[in-house]
Amino acid sequence: MASHYEAPIREPLVTGEKSYHDVTVDVAAPVEGRANKQWWIVFSIALVAFLWGLGCIIYTISTGIGVWGLNKTIGWAWDITNFVWWVGIGHAGTLISAVLLLFRQKWRMAVNRSAEAMTIFSVVQAGLFPIIHMGRPWLAYWVLPIPNQFGSLWVNFNSPLLWDVFAISTYLSVSLVFWWTGLLPDFAMLRDRAVKPFQKKIYSLLSFGWSGRAKDWQRFEEVSLVLAGLATPLVLSVHTIVSFDFATSVIPGWHSTIYPPYFVAGAIFSGFAMVLTLLIIMRKVSNLEAYITRVHIEYMNKVILLTGGIVSVAYITEFFIAWYSGSNYEDYTYLSIGAATGPYWWAFWALIICNFVVPQTLWIKKLRRNYMWSFICSIIINIGMWFERFDIIVINLSKGHLPSSWSMFSPTFVDVGIFLGTIGFFFVLFLLYARTFPVIAQAEVKTILKSSGERYKRLRDSGNSLVGTAADNRTSDIAEVTKETSSESIAIDAEKQAKLIAALGTFNEKEDKADDLKKIDGIGPVMEKTLNQIGIYTYEQVSRMSEKEYNLLDAITGKFPGRAQRDDWAGQAKNLIK
Amino acid sequence: MASKVIQAIYNDDDILMSAVKRVKEAHHHIEEIYTPFPVHGLDKAMGLAPTRIAITSFMYGCVGITVAVLMMNFIMIEDWPQNIGGKPSFSFIENMPAFVPIMFEMTVFFAAHLMVITFYMRSKLWPFKKAENPDVRTTDDHFLMEVTLNNNEDELTRLLVDTGAVEVKVSEKH
Repeated sequence: MASHYEAPIREPLVTGEKSYHDVTVDVAAPVEGRANKQWWIVFSIALVAFLWGLGCIIYTISTGIGVWGLNKTIGWAWDITNFVWWVGIGHAGTLISAVLLLFRQKWRMAVNRSAEAMTIFSVVQAGLFPIIHMGRPWLAYWVLPIPNQFGSLWVNFNSPLLWDVFAISTYLSVSLVFWWTGLLPDFAMLRDRAVKPFQKKIYSLLSFGWSGRAKDWQRFEEVSLVLAGLATPLVLSVHTIVSFDFATSVIPGWHSTIYPPYFVAGAIFSGFAMVLTLLIIMRKVSNLEAYITRVHIEYMNKVILLTGGIVSVAYITEFFIAWYSGSNYEDYTYLSIGAATGPYWWAFWALIICNFVVPQTLWIKKLRRNYMWSFICSIIINIGMWFERFDIIVINLSKGHLPSSWSMFSPTFVDVGIFLGTIGFFFVLFLLYARTFPVIAQAEVKTILKSSGERYKRLRDSGNSLVGTAADNRTSDIAEVTKETSSESIAIDAEKQAKLIAALGTFNEKEDKADDLKKIDGIGPVMEKTLNQIGIYTYEQVSRMSEKEYNLLDAITGKFPGRAQRDDWAGQAKNLIK
Repeated sequence: MASKVIQAIYNDDDILMSAVKRVKEAHHHIEEIYTPFPVHGLDKAMGLAPTRIAITSFMYGCVGITVAVLMMNFIMIEDWPQNIGGKPSFSFIENMPAFVPIMFEMTVFFAAHLMVITFYMRSKLWPFKKAENPDVRTTDDHFLMEVTLNNNEDELTRLLVDTGAVEVKVSEKH
């Protein structure tokens, strides 16, 4: 890793003077500390919202779907809007942990854990809606192809709603094991730090006895890679299948082949917005400013800009095709003149402003690197993406083929209450997670610390070796070791020294002038001293070094084996002579 | 045979890597290395065989798609070949497009879950499993190398200290 080449143009991903131990301490701090008052206040609010939503769900199931604002024409409204909205939010987590892993994006390390948690928790919310919007949810198990006493009556595999069952359950379960497997080393870290016996027990249980053997890590990395390779098509397929709920129908405005990619782009768009909302708060509250930096925010904003652009193109395409098709029906529905000027004009324009106009401000570098604006923008996008699903579902249903069944929709307090309840439930889970789980994948951050940490970048840029620099004197007594090799002179093997000097030529202190060897990349003040001690003072001498001499030098100094050869000291010295 | 190992603790991954190379060069057998995070290239330096877990995943995926095809062919085509919305139920291939989403999902489901279970079994990870890292610091910022001892304690200790170990101790092999 010391020899790792990192382009100097890259901004550091971990700021400050962090050692490996610092990462451990910073990640463990929120888990080991106690919750403060603000946490309890926010948690209570979320819990109240959740309980209120739970009450609404129980009321719906015990009384009937009629307590919602649905009617004969509009059979899907807030329920499926919220379902698609939550599933969409979940997609960013998988995108960050899987797609960015395949693209070897190092900045994902600090955000993937929380993004995956967000995935799990929002898919849980999404999963509620397919159940509670059923007329007879107690028969929900009939969607599964289980052999039964009705002559074995099966399900019909032609329905996208059944595909949804398979897609969502696969998505949730695969995301869960992906997340959990990644958590094992971090739980192990908490386990090994735990002081209280109860905590020790809990984290021992959660970490599955992870010991961090070389072979375990080898398998771990392979498993992560394969899971990322599987999760990437999965994430694309899940929202595709969700979009099939609409795209495979005959409803004008729904029947559209652009839906699968357009829904997926929208999912990533809204998902990243939610990640931003959560992480901008979390970095402050959990003191993780050194790990979730301005660069992370900017990168996420760039993804938002890209996917927002894709979504915008899809809107324009829908507009164009609605006109180009020559179908009268398309004119009354989604994204056409009818939608923009009809009774739901406000919902339509809310969508255009929130998704089409506001995110375009992120082209400006100042704004996409601004925490406040990113936060505001991310919330606006989530509102806009809710309206996108609402518009697609409700506006298209409200004016179908037959004018005599045109209708309007307005939600009841139960519709709204259940939605608020899922938001409350989401935050209950997320707040509990933030206090009990390692919110940053510390094992992964440690792998990029030397290549992308601010301190190590600085060290590398000044030509120093990174060997031994991540050690922390709080965990090991390194002060002695470094002193021994830096300020004091080293014991030199006289025979090897003689051999080396014979090959390089002797330095006559009276006649020759010593050169500044520090100008050679890779030689610091300490190394220069050592070289002088051996009898190497000039560029001339260094330039004569070849493999044999490098090896001799390494054998004498016993430090940074291979370093001199890799840095090509001889070549550098030759250039300095001229 | 009660064998002994010597445990060397390092506090930096680069030092560990060069130490591994030197210990291998001196033809000592590295029993195990415990690290707090994946040190890239460590398995190569130690000479560990590559893992075959991706191959198992591929095979599990094949099982998944087979299960999906057999299930839907039986239910939709053989057991109750009904007319549902005019969809052709005469043969599997005619109605195949509608089966693709589930064929895909089940392939991923089997490939992912069975591979993860295989990983947990092979690496012996499960709830209530006791952790086996000999030093708790190896999940924080220390790296521990275990080398087999064959009555060459002094020589090995000298070598390991020389490679930059911050602590060297002899212990019974667990």
